[in-house]
Amino acid sequence: MTDTDTILIIDDEVQIRRLLEITLTANGYKISDAASGKEGLVFAATIRPTLIILDLGLPDADGIDILKKLREWYLKPIIILSVRDSEEDIVKALDYGANDYLTKPFRTKELLARIRVAIRQSNGALNNPELSFGALTIDLANHIVRKNNEVIKLTTTEFSLLALLAKNAGRVLTHQFILKEVWGMGYVQQTQYLRVFVAQLRKKIEEDPAKPKLLNTESGIGYRFGS
Amino acid sequence: MNSLDENRPNPDELLASLINEEEKNKRGKLKIFFGMCAGVGKTYTMLETAKAEKLKGSDIVIGYVETHNRKETIELTEGFELVPRKTYDYKNTSIQEMDLDTIIARKPQIVLVDELAHTNAPGSRHTKRYHDVQEILENGINVYTTLNVQHLESRSETVAQITGIIIHETLPDKIFENADEVELVDLTPDELLQRLSDGKVYTHERSREAIENFFRKGNITALREMALRIVADRVDKQLYDYMQHKHIRGPWKSGLHLLVAIDYRHQSLRLLRWAKNLSYSMGASIQAIYIETLHKLSLKEHEQLDKNFKLAEQLGIKIRIITDSDAVKAIVNFAEKENVTHIIVGKPRVRNILSMFLLGNFVNKLVRYSGNIDVYVLGSDRQAKDHFRKKISVPPFTSNITQYIITSLLVVIFSLLSYLIRDIIGYQVVSFGLLFLVSILALFYGTGPILLAAILSSLIWDYFFIPPQFTLYIQKPLDIMMLVMFFFIALLNGILTSRVRRQEKKIRVREERTNALYQLTRELTLASGLDEVTSITVKYIHKYFNLDCTIILKNDLNRLDQVNHDTNIRLSENELSIAAWVYKHSSKAGKHTDTLPSSNYTFYPLVGNSGNMGVIAVEQLNVFTQGEDLFWEAFLSQISGKYEREFLWNAAKKADILNESDKLYKILFNSISHELRIPVSTIIGASDTLLSQSYPDETRQKLYNEINIAAIRLNRLIENLLNMSRLESGLIKPRLDWCDVHDLANKIAESLQQELKPFKLSTIIPNDMPLVKIDFGFIEQALYNLVLNATQNSPAGSRIRLKIFYDNGSLVLEVMDRGIGLRESDLSSVFNKFYRGKDARAVGTGLGLSIVKGFTEAHKGTITAENRQNGGAKFTMKIPVEISDMKKYS
Repeated sequence: MTDTDTILIIDDEVQIRRLLEITLTANGYKISDAASGKEGLVFAATIRPTLIILDLGLPDADGIDILKKLREWYLKPIIILSVRDSEEDIVKALDYGANDYLTKPFRTKELLARIRVAIRQSNGALNNPELSFGALTIDLANHIVRKNNEVIKLTTTEFSLLALLAKNAGRVLTHQFILKEVWGMGYVQQTQYLRVFVAQLRKKIEEDPAKPKLLNTESGIGYRFGS
Repeated sequence: MNSLDENRPNPDELLASLINEEEKNKRGKLKIFFGMCAGVGKTYTMLETAKAEKLKGSDIVIGYVETHNRKETIELTEGFELVPRKTYDYKNTSIQEMDLDTIIARKPQIVLVDELAHTNAPGSRHTKRYHDVQEILENGINVYTTLNVQHLESRSETVAQITGIIIHETLPDKIFENADEVELVDLTPDELLQRLSDGKVYTHERSREAIENFFRKGNITALREMALRIVADRVDKQLYDYMQHKHIRGPWKSGLHLLVAIDYRHQSLRLLRWAKNLSYSMGASIQAIYIETLHKLSLKEHEQLDKNFKLAEQLGIKIRIITDSDAVKAIVNFAEKENVTHIIVGKPRVRNILSMFLLGNFVNKLVRYSGNIDVYVLGSDRQAKDHFRKKISVPPFTSNITQYIITSLLVVIFSLLSYLIRDIIGYQVVSFGLLFLVSILALFYGTGPILLAAILSSLIWDYFFIPPQFTLYIQKPLDIMMLVMFFFIALLNGILTSRVRRQEKKIRVREERTNALYQLTRELTLASGLDEVTSITVKYIHKYFNLDCTIILKNDLNRLDQVNHDTNIRLSENELSIAAWVYKHSSKAGKHTDTLPSSNYTFYPLVGNSGNMGVIAVEQLNVFTQGEDLFWEAFLSQISGKYEREFLWNAAKKADILNESDKLYKILFNSISHELRIPVSTIIGASDTLLSQSYPDETRQKLYNEINIAAIRLNRLIENLLNMSRLESGLIKPRLDWCDVHDLANKIAESLQQELKPFKLSTIIPNDMPLVKIDFGFIEQALYNLVLNATQNSPAGSRIRLKIFYDNGSLVLEVMDRGIGLRESDLSSVFNKFYRGKDARAVGTGLGLSIVKGFTEAHKGTITAENRQNGGAKFTMKIPVEISDMKKYS
């Protein structure tokens, strides 16, 4: 986190903007805000923020459309913050390139965590081939996974799944995205594979598979690793 | 009747008089200019009265006035607005009639309509002008009209006797009696004859003939007396009504009550007219009684009875029908009960010694038992006798030609066979065989063929069998006797059998009808919804009457809609207006009726207790026979009753829904405003405190926490309301996806972490639990609410169990607590919206469990609540699911 991290908030609700401004400024970010989609697009182009927080329900345009337009040139993280809580909307936003989402009402603690993850990932912090999450370490280069320093045997698919999740730790990955990445295009509807392998993986990597801490379920959307 | 009764007005009558009055106020008033015969100046007087009324400012039009080209009359019509007559084309001539609709649309104060008893041209809406007048009156328009005494139904016969002219255009007495005003237009016979000879009455060519036939001084005097008497009686009756209305105690004019006993004979018509006249002149009330005895009515008798009833109705005589095997006893009992003072009966028919004995018996008995009631016995009329002379009724010859051929052929074949073996059996036995054949044939064929078979077989037997053969000549006297007997036995046998058959057929028809009615009633009882009732109705009418029909029902706007379209009947605008008329007036119209008979269909009202349900139109080729008529009415009454129940049910349902939503709305408001206010108050209060002063950190922390809890609570309420409204809208459909139920349990434990802290949660999921296809979000919501409910109703430290398993096609989710459990009375209603258990500890909107139910049902699942054996409640969700074994994929 540096002083230069600027966050653009695109939201038409004054109170939400005020809350975010207070919270984020207090946490050392520079804030810029826009009350409409159009304004948001202009500000994004002029300010070049480190991250954009985007509301889907804007008065002048559909947030999804703004997202699409932003994604034509803006490559930095976009976090969706919306009252729309239908899984369909969220999945759609993630598919169109949003990095993460939060529904209102939200916990500021959670928002800050997501912002940190998103900025870190976009800064390319993933050069380290060894990732560690508590007792778990993942050696991406050598395909070795250890829990409490003991090597865990994983199948190839299990490892691919774990690696994908771990590389995107802290960020939600949709079912379809995971299926596409791990199993291939033909499997995007075969969620049963994902369920089975997630369950197997949990048994191997979690301290208590009944209370997963690492491989978290996002109801109806996908999975989020860690944090 | 004792004196006390006599002085006190009968409350029923009083009420009737008030109702009558009220009815009269809404209706137009009818004024009749009444005269003894044509030419007395009724039309003239009517026009003069109208003119005087017009000068006072009344809006008067001429609906129909016949001037007979009399100069004075024509002059008088000038100055009045004339409603143009309507022209009807009938058999190459055009007839002009009063234009009813234009008059009603014009809505004057008074309309002048000449000749009340007139019969309308075919094609008019009503057959009689007085029907038109009734309709005008119903529309609140006053009518002036004219009437001659000979047109009164009760007088027509007497007039015919006096003048020798039979009157065809008659008017029911009750129309006259109910008229608001009757003005007598009188002229002495001499004056009238003078006017006639002056040519003031008819044009010259017609008058001579008319005078000779009708206007004889004797006739005129008699008619005049009759007219004067009727008007005088009317005045008496008005006085009586007035006294009763105003509670004037006083010498009731007569206190006389006549009872006329009628039967199924033609004679009763005369009896009724006579009794009516008597009641006029005596100022007595009158009613009729018909005793239904064991006597089985023939078709003709039925028809006559119907005519008798109709006449009584026209004369305004109320009929009571009483079933009793002992006519005398029934009449006397009734008479005593009703304080009858005079009984009028007809002379029973004298046919033979037996009935003479019976006659004596009847009249004697009546006289003996009737005590102080006067008994009038009226002689029978001559012309009626032929109607009922009992003849040996020979069944009608209705058989077709093939039956004749078949019977003849069979007789010939049988004879041929017998001829071949005649030597063996002998010629006498052949006769028995033929007799047997004829009897058998009678079982299948009508009278004609049997007669033919009897003649043919006797001829054949004579010619071919009785010696000497091949001649018709018979030698032995014994054989002659045999032949004659053979012929008669064959004939009698045949006729009797066919009579029995006819009787059987009748019984069968009756049985069939009873059965049909029963079937109809049963099917209607089971039917629900107007559409089903309609289709049953159409089906049955087609089946039992072989009629195509269409049903026109009232809709919410009290308009009429044709409801069945599976018929060939396409109603034109015109016919729909007939239907509307029938609906409004509750009487049938169209083909075979008095009203609009030129229509292709007959329209019957569907009359219910609370008003009319609609109209049924049938394409009826023939008039119903007596039996069919009754059957049809019974049918219609069943159908109308059912329609009425359906309409009532619909109305009740609508009211129910309105009530229910009204109630829900109130509950929603109450509970939500409460639920919103508490956390909002907390937030405002806590934040206010924080803003106003600085407090130590510990206090501030507590206040922050309170705000946080309140906000979460608010959020939960909003969640629930949103879910509820989404479920209510029916727009959400589960999006099924494969799910590992462990995820479900984890999610619940995670999101209810705070709430579950004081409890021990055990999650039980079998090892071999397959993947299930569900909407994760839905089931998560439902389960969340169930577990939350458990935490809200259980003591801290107790155990909450969440058990998830697969059983026989269903995903089963059980949530069990050790709380206070549910009241027996709550078990069924706990899932209702806004329902809160009587002992519920937690505050809440009562939405949580109803949302569980909503989500479960969106999944086509079921949810039940029960109490656990050792205390606590158990909720079980069962959701039909597709499964997939996890082992398959590893």
